Amino acid sequence: MAAAISAHESGVKDILLLERDLYLGGLLNQCIHTGFGLTYFKETLTGPEYASRFVERVRAIPSIEVVTRAFAVRLTGEKTVDYLIPGHMVSVRAKAVVMATGSRERTREMAHIAGTRPAGIFPAGLAQRLINIEGYLPGKNVVIVGSGDIGLIMARRFKLEGAEVKAVIEIQPVTRGLVRNVVQCLDDFGIPLYFRHKIAHIYGKDRVEGVDVVRVDEEMREIEGSRFSMGCDTLLVSVGLIPENELIEMAGAELDKKSNTPVSGRMNETSLPGIFVCGNSYKVYDIVDTVSACAENAGRMAAGYLGKVEQQV
Amino acid sequence: MNTKTITCIECPVGCRIGVDMEGCRVVKVSGNKCPKGEKYAISEIENPMRVLTTTVAAEGLGIRRLPIRTSAPISKANIPEVMRVIRSVKVSRPVRVGESIVKNVCGTGADIVVTRSVD
Repeated sequence: MAAAISAHESGVKDILLLERDLYLGGLLNQCIHTGFGLTYFKETLTGPEYASRFVERVRAIPSIEVVTRAFAVRLTGEKTVDYLIPGHMVSVRAKAVVMATGSRERTREMAHIAGTRPAGIFPAGLAQRLINIEGYLPGKNVVIVGSGDIGLIMARRFKLEGAEVKAVIEIQPVTRGLVRNVVQCLDDFGIPLYFRHKIAHIYGKDRVEGVDVVRVDEEMREIEGSRFSMGCDTLLVSVGLIPENELIEMAGAELDKKSNTPVSGRMNETSLPGIFVCGNSYKVYDIVDTVSACAENAGRMAAGYLGKVEQQV
Repeated sequence: MNTKTITCIECPVGCRIGVDMEGCRVVKVSGNKCPKGEKYAISEIENPMRVLTTTVAAEGLGIRRLPIRTSAPISKANIPEVMRVIRSVKVSRPVRVGESIVKNVCGTGADIVVTRSVD
């Protein structure tokens, strides 16, 4: 939305905004906690409030056409975008494309946690969606692995909804999330945070029954004799995000294999002329205000690119 | 005199703030990078306050849960009671961001306001 608005403000006349969900705003709709917008709006907003400010601005610009329930499935280097909407597929040819595809969560498999594969293991952001959007409480007795912001915020969320949160387990000696989230999400509720610990094993046949936790040394090796057990029915995994860039990869853009982000000379560019990337798909950000600033830059760059193309014609 | 160090939660910077206390009263605040820090530190010692965010049930609106917040920070001690009251709230009419659905919840002086518009 920020990229579309800034492209419009930079003089682009015909903008198509594709959203695969039923409504605009993406992940912000499930981030119901406060802390958004301090830089951008100079006040502290919840995720849905932050998103709604942009929705109102987008709705007020007639040259931005919004299509929801539109799932982009193909992108070419010639900037043709194919997207599915209920019932059929649409193909559009653009002069410039800005990707704002966000990121996806790293999973239990990627964190290499040993043990069985029962129900009850959730990426933290999925649990957030289940509680805040779908209205389900996915467990009553929770252990959280990884102290990223989503994990910390979900510790508080489960606690407020009446579930027990046993502990947050972090392999590093410091938190990956913001310090203020440790204070207001864990300390407020007396939830212990174990640094330099990891999950050694997951137990349970049909449903998670418990985990083994073990202390690790500086080389991340298990320290013998430090293993202990925790009973739980749910394990939340909050171990980082991966930028979602499969569409530009399909189009032939060069990606850094380690970070899954576009390789480019300038901010928001890809190796393909006229295809830009912003937000968490460009780089994983901690703060949404910075994402909006990044997206605005991408919108301006797309407008600049279009200006150059039109001069050449 | 007692001294305590706390972490400010007003913004992502997370200043470490030193607080000098006499009994339950704050006499000196140090280490904060902005005035919000001083206000936070005093409140955190004398009466910790939080903005509560959660959801209420939505009926017939195309979404299942409607996100809400308290219109102002409420005392931490009131949070469990407010959560109990919110559990029985159901919204079945269109609402706009910022609209109040419960006035002066549990006598805290704060309203419950919705944080998302639904038609």
